[in-house]
Amino acid sequence: MKKCIVTVLGKDTVGIVAKVCTYLAENNINILDISQTIIQGYFNMMVITDVTTLEKDFTVVCDEMEKLGNEIGVSIRCQREEIFEKMHRL
Amino acid sequence: MINMYEVSETNKMIEHENLDVRTITLGISLLDCIDSDLNELNRKIYERITKTAENLVSVGQNIEKEFGIPIVNKRISVTPIALVGGAACKTPEDFVTIAKTLDRAAETVGVNFIGGYSALVSKGMTKSDENLIRSIPQALAETERICSSVNVGSTKTGIDMDAVRLCGETVKATAEATKERDSLGCAKLVIFCNAPDDNPFMAGAFLGVTEGDAVINVGVSGPGVVKKALEKVRGKGFEELCETIKKTAFKVTRVGQLVAGEASQRLGIPFGIVDLSLAPTPAIGDSVAEILEEIGLERVGAPGTTAALALLNDQVKKGGVMASSYVGGLSGAFIPVSEDQGMIDAVHAGSLTLEKLEAMTCVCSVGLDMIAIPGKTSAATISGIIADEMAIGMVNQKTTAVRLIPVIGKDVGDMAEFGGLLGYAPIMPVNEFDCEAFISRKGRIPAPIHSFKN
Repeated sequence: MKKCIVTVLGKDTVGIVAKVCTYLAENNINILDISQTIIQGYFNMMVITDVTTLEKDFTVVCDEMEKLGNEIGVSIRCQREEIFEKMHRL
Repeated sequence: MINMYEVSETNKMIEHENLDVRTITLGISLLDCIDSDLNELNRKIYERITKTAENLVSVGQNIEKEFGIPIVNKRISVTPIALVGGAACKTPEDFVTIAKTLDRAAETVGVNFIGGYSALVSKGMTKSDENLIRSIPQALAETERICSSVNVGSTKTGIDMDAVRLCGETVKATAEATKERDSLGCAKLVIFCNAPDDNPFMAGAFLGVTEGDAVINVGVSGPGVVKKALEKVRGKGFEELCETIKKTAFKVTRVGQLVAGEASQRLGIPFGIVDLSLAPTPAIGDSVAEILEEIGLERVGAPGTTAALALLNDQVKKGGVMASSYVGGLSGAFIPVSEDQGMIDAVHAGSLTLEKLEAMTCVCSVGLDMIAIPGKTSAATISGIIADEMAIGMVNQKTTAVRLIPVIGKDVGDMAEFGGLLGYAPIMPVNEFDCEAFISRKGRIPAPIHSFKN
């Protein structure tokens, strides 16, 4: 399974989760786990996703998610899981 | 499964603490390009480099995007050109044609530096080695991307003082040849003792003759990450200090190992080593000097600096070694002056001198690096400084290097501007007592007694 971590950071507003999840669904990206908190009005979300069945090039998804973030007014990063796995797990 | 805390820790390092992979360096052997016809040699070199490295930049960019980690430089190192060009080049000017070919190949594949315009002369110089060294000033003045290095000594062979003398003259001539740009050429010329074959960092990168056809070497970075981590253990004991550096170095190096593995797999080129070095940049918060100050010094250069650097260098290695399957290159802390804002500030404040920097090089990974000195400094004095630094490397069985920039037309109190990652530097004073009689002796310094281990 190829996993990807989507992180969303920014000022809380209506519809952030909906828009991010809609994009993921439209691109056949399955959500494995979501955690989300609001700290002092700031929206903080991490989504662990499965990109095994992704049809697009992964770098295109990274670009499109960044663009989506700009539209909503939050920062969205989309990174392959290995960078976290390597750094924090032996 | 990865948790939110870990994800945010990694991303904080990348976004706020300047964590990056400093370089993916593709080493390319040019040994089988050797030809006695100069045109044919140049053609083969150009083809070999542009073919082997055609995807280097795009692969690097894709890895950056997919993992969300900046890879600052994609670079190339090649077999020392003195060996490759020996059969075809009869004059220094012949070698310059190869420099131009390398420059053109680097431009075609989109890399900013190509290293390996080098000669290995730790025991003696061939005619070819000497021609290459004599061609360096012109080669560096007439190209943009070439990096040059000369290995003039090793623990096993001693120091070739004839080469040291020639290199002093070469540094001076390179400064003259590039004086319109604050003698920038010298920022791309390194004189080594015990030069490693697999160093990914410029300007001293070349692909040694012990290496295969092509190899991926990666240099990590992360002074800002170490500095931030140490802020949390202010006032704590050495045990906690060392543990913190080790853990941070481990995390930083793991990222380098991941990138190295991915690049190797995607390019179909074997992975060589990860270089564990803490490499600073002129950016605020990306400084080795600031780490030393965080350890407890008012300014770098204060008493205690050498001990603090020794500790830092050792802990970085201890943490990094377990994070990578193969470690090599220079691996340690870099202390370039012009590329580190904290070092520049310390020179301005009068805390850091050339002599203290020399002491620091006894315990860290490189040497007198990116130091601007008065343009009037004589070639013999530059050779003397080189000889001192080479002696430190030879006796301590470690790599040492000298990258001095005698800035023509400038003196102590002036500032030299190199631009970009090379930064800027205040001109530092040099001891002006003469060493001409020492430097003009012919021959070499014998290998030290502890090199006889057989």
